[in-house]
Amino acid sequence: MNVVLDVRDLCTAFATRAGVVRAVDHVSLTVHAGEVLGLVGESGSGKSMTGYSIMGLVEPPGRVVGGSIVLDGREITSLSPGEMRALRGNRVAMIFQDPMMTLNPVLRIDTQMVEAVQAHDDVSHAIARDRARDALARVGIPSPDERLNAYPHQFSGGMRQRVAIAIALLNRPDLIIADEPTTALDVTIQGQILYEMQTLAQESGTALIWITHDLSVVAGLADRVAVMYAGRIVEEGGTADIIERPAHPYTRGLIDSVPSRNRRGERLRQIPGMTPALTALPEGCAFQDRCNRATAACAVAPPMTVARPPYEAQRVRCHHPLPDPTA
Amino acid sequence: MLVYLIRRSLQSVVVLLAMSLLVFVGVYAVGNPIDILINPQADQQDRERSIAALGLDKPLWLQYALFLKGALTGDLGNSFVQGTPALGLILERMPATLELAVVAMLIAIVLGIPLGLWAGMKPDSLSGRSIMAGSILGFSLPTFWVGLMLIMVFSVMLGWLPSNGRGETRLLFGVPVSFLTVDGWRHLIMPATNLALFNLALMIRLTRAGTREALLQDYVKFARAKGLSNARVIGVHVLRNILIPIVTVIGLQFGSLIAFAIVTESVFAWPGMGKLLIDSINFLDRPVIVAYLLVIVTLFIVINLVVDVLYSALDPRVRLADAKG
Repeated sequence: MNVVLDVRDLCTAFATRAGVVRAVDHVSLTVHAGEVLGLVGESGSGKSMTGYSIMGLVEPPGRVVGGSIVLDGREITSLSPGEMRALRGNRVAMIFQDPMMTLNPVLRIDTQMVEAVQAHDDVSHAIARDRARDALARVGIPSPDERLNAYPHQFSGGMRQRVAIAIALLNRPDLIIADEPTTALDVTIQGQILYEMQTLAQESGTALIWITHDLSVVAGLADRVAVMYAGRIVEEGGTADIIERPAHPYTRGLIDSVPSRNRRGERLRQIPGMTPALTALPEGCAFQDRCNRATAACAVAPPMTVARPPYEAQRVRCHHPLPDPTA
Repeated sequence: MLVYLIRRSLQSVVVLLAMSLLVFVGVYAVGNPIDILINPQADQQDRERSIAALGLDKPLWLQYALFLKGALTGDLGNSFVQGTPALGLILERMPATLELAVVAMLIAIVLGIPLGLWAGMKPDSLSGRSIMAGSILGFSLPTFWVGLMLIMVFSVMLGWLPSNGRGETRLLFGVPVSFLTVDGWRHLIMPATNLALFNLALMIRLTRAGTREALLQDYVKFARAKGLSNARVIGVHVLRNILIPIVTVIGLQFGSLIAFAIVTESVFAWPGMGKLLIDSINFLDRPVIVAYLLVIVTLFIVINLVVDVLYSALDPRVRLADAKG
């Protein structure tokens, strides 16, 4: 499988009154064609900001301050705004969390779709409209010809998210970054959209980065998972490995917090404490204050290492990784 | 839509009635026009004849009833001073005021919206801050003073522009207008700029505030994620959304622009309705005052209706049929 996206040591920082804050801190990711990577973390862990950084959509006072992003073999951090614009929506597309907010309320669906085609392809309005209709049909919107003339408020939330997905698919991108696209939807619709996204990605060979805080969503969807905490990736590996044999105490905590994994009548397990503010991170491992395995060694930031040698596919950023519970 | 229009028309009639009654009583309370209109040396007989001729001998309620009766047939009474129909006097002066107000509004829109967009996109830049500082001046400097300063600079010191009158006019559909001749424009540009200043400042601030808010919305981020050019994001996605409040304010302000052109018309001796009103108030020329205010109220009502209709065109979520009230 060829590599679609290769991110190395990406750093995105914000200049705030309290000083420079690293929302994304030396993040490295690789995504192959047709692969689904789940990017998991709590609110504020920097997972969305990683997505925006790849899209070149970080807004001031934020800025990508270091690292490299290689998309389709091309370094994109050094591209001009114009070249970056040409990539966005074309080779890499993004879907956002709240479908109620992402479509412009005063523009018709066809306007919003045709412009996305014409921004990248010098085609007539009629051809662009045909492509828009086909895209709507692909995401399962009934009578797409009529629906093109509708306004966003005439769609339900699930339908709007389908429209947003159709827009992302318009130019057959190599990579789609989906930022919690099902969080705002009903559970039944969530399942449908997840299933459809997976099918669409497989059929077209599009790589998918699925950003979510919900490990149960990732479990059924992703090929690989990367867990983020306080701007860093703390663990990554195959989905089954991460879910069944987490090595990082934080990953373990996340999995234990999923209610369906708890026994009836038992207290719900949770991670003690709160996500630390990025302005007040402890020296060394960011998770040490909430971790029951922390020792003096954790005052030194742990490097990303193979979790359980010689098995190389699962890597963790921890001095005291958990043993394999299935071994 | 039709039901909506009918309901709005009925509401308008009530407003017009209330308005005319208020003005009638108000002007009656201010003073007796006879004291101003009649030569103090006139004898008692002359005096009484004049009072009877103007219909001022009848009790107030009867005067109002007669006025209403006339109003139903489109006759708002004759001017006490000139003896000609009051409505005719007003309509004769209206094109001049409308022309001034339209040009002023256009200046405010054409300059205000782009400047506001710019200031909203770059709120911390020097240019953005300068635009905002300028808009504060536009808000706070009194119209009459700015008008006088304009005359001082451009008419007296530089001698570039004439300071009063409409200049050469040309007939357009039988109505004399200034904007078709170069000389007319030379006369028009200074009072129009003067009148536009407040609204220009208002447009800038409104557009800037709307732009700043819209830029934070997800639909703008999504539009950028689609790879649209900045021009398209701002010019279509942002502008279409902020036009909704802007059109409302333009409508409201256009009415007041016409009504409050009085100051500018006085400073630049612009022969419009405002100047007529000032003169009429000085002579307590009640029919003209009442007719003027009724015309203005009607204009306001029409403009508001147009704004409501535009609203539904701009915002697909608004449909007039479901609007209550």
